[in-house]
Amino acid sequence: MRNYVFVILLFSCISSLSQNCNNSLSGTVTDIHDGQLLTGVTLIVAETDQAVQTNFDGTYSFSNLCNATYYIQVSHPYCLTKGFTVKVYGDTNKSFKLEHHLEELNQITIEGKAYGDKSKTLLEHTINKEDLERFSSGSVGDALKSLSGVSALNTGSTVVKPLIHGLHSSRVTIINNGVRLEDQEWGAEHAPNVDINSISNLSVIKGAGALQYSGDAVGGVIIAETSKVPVKDSLYGRSLMTTTTNGRGLSLSSKLTKSYKNGWYATLQGTLKRFGDFEAPDYVLSNTGVYESNVALKVGFNRFDYGIEGYYSRFKNELGILIASHLGGARDQDRAIESDIPLIINDFTYTIKAPRQDVTHHLATIKGFKRFDNFGKLNFQYDFQRNNRLEFDIRRGDDKDKPASDLQLDTHTVLLDIESRLNDEILLKSGVMTKYQHNFANPSTGVRRLIPDYEMYDLGLYFIVDYQLNDHLLLEVGGRYDYSYMDVFKFYRTSFWESRDYDQHFPEIVVEKLINQILTNPQPKFSNGSGTFGATYVFSEKYKLFFNYSIASRAPNSSELFSEGLHHSASRIELGDLSFKSEIAHKVAVTFQRHSDKFSFSVNPYINTISDFIVNEPTDVRQTLRGNFQVWEYRQTNAQLLGIDVDASYAFTENYRLNSQFSLVKGYDRTLNTSLISMPPVNISNEIVYKNSDFNNIRLSLQSAYSFKQNNYPDNNFDIYIPEIESWKEIDVSSTPDAYHLLNFNSSIDINLKHNSKLTVGLRVTNVLNTSYRNYLNRLRYYADDLGRNFILNLKINY
Amino acid sequence: MKKIKFLTLALVVSTLFIGCSKDDAPQPEAVNEEEVITTLTVTLVPTDGGSAAVTLQSRDLDGDGPDEPVITTGNLATGVTYSGSIVLLNETEDPAEDITEEVEEESVEHQFFYTSTGGLDVTTSGENPDSEGDKLGTEFTLVAGAVSSGTLTFTLRHEPKKPNTGLEDAGGESDIIATFNIEVQ
Repeated sequence: MRNYVFVILLFSCISSLSQNCNNSLSGTVTDIHDGQLLTGVTLIVAETDQAVQTNFDGTYSFSNLCNATYYIQVSHPYCLTKGFTVKVYGDTNKSFKLEHHLEELNQITIEGKAYGDKSKTLLEHTINKEDLERFSSGSVGDALKSLSGVSALNTGSTVVKPLIHGLHSSRVTIINNGVRLEDQEWGAEHAPNVDINSISNLSVIKGAGALQYSGDAVGGVIIAETSKVPVKDSLYGRSLMTTTTNGRGLSLSSKLTKSYKNGWYATLQGTLKRFGDFEAPDYVLSNTGVYESNVALKVGFNRFDYGIEGYYSRFKNELGILIASHLGGARDQDRAIESDIPLIINDFTYTIKAPRQDVTHHLATIKGFKRFDNFGKLNFQYDFQRNNRLEFDIRRGDDKDKPASDLQLDTHTVLLDIESRLNDEILLKSGVMTKYQHNFANPSTGVRRLIPDYEMYDLGLYFIVDYQLNDHLLLEVGGRYDYSYMDVFKFYRTSFWESRDYDQHFPEIVVEKLINQILTNPQPKFSNGSGTFGATYVFSEKYKLFFNYSIASRAPNSSELFSEGLHHSASRIELGDLSFKSEIAHKVAVTFQRHSDKFSFSVNPYINTISDFIVNEPTDVRQTLRGNFQVWEYRQTNAQLLGIDVDASYAFTENYRLNSQFSLVKGYDRTLNTSLISMPPVNISNEIVYKNSDFNNIRLSLQSAYSFKQNNYPDNNFDIYIPEIESWKEIDVSSTPDAYHLLNFNSSIDINLKHNSKLTVGLRVTNVLNTSYRNYLNRLRYYADDLGRNFILNLKINY
Repeated sequence: MKKIKFLTLALVVSTLFIGCSKDDAPQPEAVNEEEVITTLTVTLVPTDGGSAAVTLQSRDLDGDGPDEPVITTGNLATGVTYSGSIVLLNETEDPAEDITEEVEEESVEHQFFYTSTGGLDVTTSGENPDSEGDKLGTEFTLVAGAVSSGTLTFTLRHEPKKPNTGLEDAGGESDIIATFNIEVQ
């Protein structure tokens, strides 16, 4: 009897072995060098010819395999194809590693990416090349605004400053081609000096987790990358031409790349933009033209274990500021706010007059890497940036053509990074950064310096450890230390110096006393620590959870420390404070993500608690001979920002898709129990897209964007005395504009030309209904409506 | 391999060189504001020569600094016609710069306005013209009426609409707003 049982068992066992072919084989494919997950890898089972591809998480899955040994071929366009023998028994998990050859060779050109993986525990939002090209005639800020949780602080339609989770300026770090942009980013009316046509990938990390770049990104990090160059003999290029009806202008951009199999490559790129006055639905926005001309050149040499690259770019942008926004004082401000239309409307022109900005940014960088066996990869980078900013004001007499502000900021940075894989699970990245910065404020302007002359020395050290605990859980921990020392020469007005009691608190920094000014030599030093801790949990192929906690410390910038005087473009007196400390932010962000072709979404709630948050707000009205001006003083407070970003995408059929976004952020001043100023209102956007790759890659989309009224704002109104009516009058600078709804249409189609060339024709219509609206985050909202309808024709040739 | 070693070494050396080339920054020169108007002086001289001349002055030596303008005012005699003239100075420079000259050179782009309130019985007229025959107003005639008191405000507008029907209509940007408390005795 026992034998029978044994035989039956044996048979059942054999039958299960030979006939159970319901097993699955799944796992991930990673890069052997840095453990990065590889997407788009093709895996073929030789015996059954089953083929699958890894998805965006680098995972793959086969089903219906028997308990047997299979030969699996793993291939990827950038890797050498490899074969693996896998024994399947039951549901089996097997991860493969590929020599990510080609991409490795391109390491240097994708530095930003590889050198980053940016952050593994904060969800990254990316704008790809095709989407960027749609914004070719606009700016980086316009493109970034299309992401959830990112808005823009505008000064008119041409100065567009990105705002991440309600924060901007010095709280947002911008990395261009691996270099931290040093372009006087402290000013709210200073847009980032990056040519949108020079970049092919733009990512946003909504947090300070990317410590390899900075420890002070209280808001987040924006990374602009140039495209990779393949290691093969090739010559290719792209030209883009965009014309618009609003602004009646043209933008031209061309890029040419030559590459060789031996590793050498060169890319030359140039952009030219010219726009006249833009128009609101009912009138011309006088003096809002733009003239931009940019060039970039990249030359490099790549081998598997070493490479070097030189890059130079020049960005030059001249733009007019709405003439009706130029005011003499509070009385003028009152007149401008009371009027429904701008006080000055002239005929359309391409001429750009004062007030205007003329900014030139040079960036030169040289970088190299060397890979050492059993040690890791060493990256070296030196960069030099020169930012020259000229601001022209409406002036009198001999000063008419002189800039009112002429600042030159030079920055030298040296970076040294080491990436080492300690074992299969642990990847360590560490590095050191030294920076020297010099600001020169040209005295020949005949206007007191807004930002003083200074020299600044920075030292930063960081490390980040990624620990792949198992197939589901990845942990990340990092730390960074920054030390900065400033050597400043600042002229204070004697009356201000004494009214602030600086003569009591800082007598030691006085260098010289002049008639009505005091020359001082402040030397502020800041030691800042920052850190991050995060985890990513992969539930399944579709679901992922990101958790990240970060602490960021930001030293006050020179504007916050030293401002003292009339900021003409803002028509207010701005006062900084010499005794400011660093602001420290604690941010917790969670993202729950589902990803599949049919239905994807991500939900990202966050809370950012900031101590010694520096805010600039009105405190007083000052009487001068020019009239009354509102006084805006920087002060430190405790702030808290809470918000949520939701993204969703649903495919009804193969060709139809609905994309939705929702962002909400609330900012509170916890010390004064009020709302923070300039917080983006709640916004919702829905876009329906039709796309057919069988029919010339046609793409049609209609987007509806709704922006609510911001109901939470501080009351910054002030009273002035009007002699004519013999009474005081409240000037309303706080009230927020009404909600608005915009419709945007977008279309594009590909046409194949001869000789491997492709023409893409695109037509976009923004503000289809020609709605008149004002945007709370536009600093010129008091004076004029936002842009009216715009037809944008886009022609692109790839060759 | 040797090449890369050399390159690396060269880079490191060059950065050390860059890092070390710190020259002591020279002390920056002070900026004296060239176009700031610190002082507005209105001189009212009686045309009949009988009563005393009156000087009204608003003086703000620290410009947009925290100190308020120092106002000197005077009283007018009832029934007297005054010939008025306005002088603008930048006293942060030594010697003081006469800004009136600049304003008169660009007369087309400037205009002075006079507004009286609070029952002050004065009338102004006879503004001197700009180079195109429109009003400039650095010189004018003022008639003090009945006994009264109130304020008199002088406003200088840059790039106003010309001709205009008055301050409300003129537009442009305010360069000066100076208000004086005045009595007609």
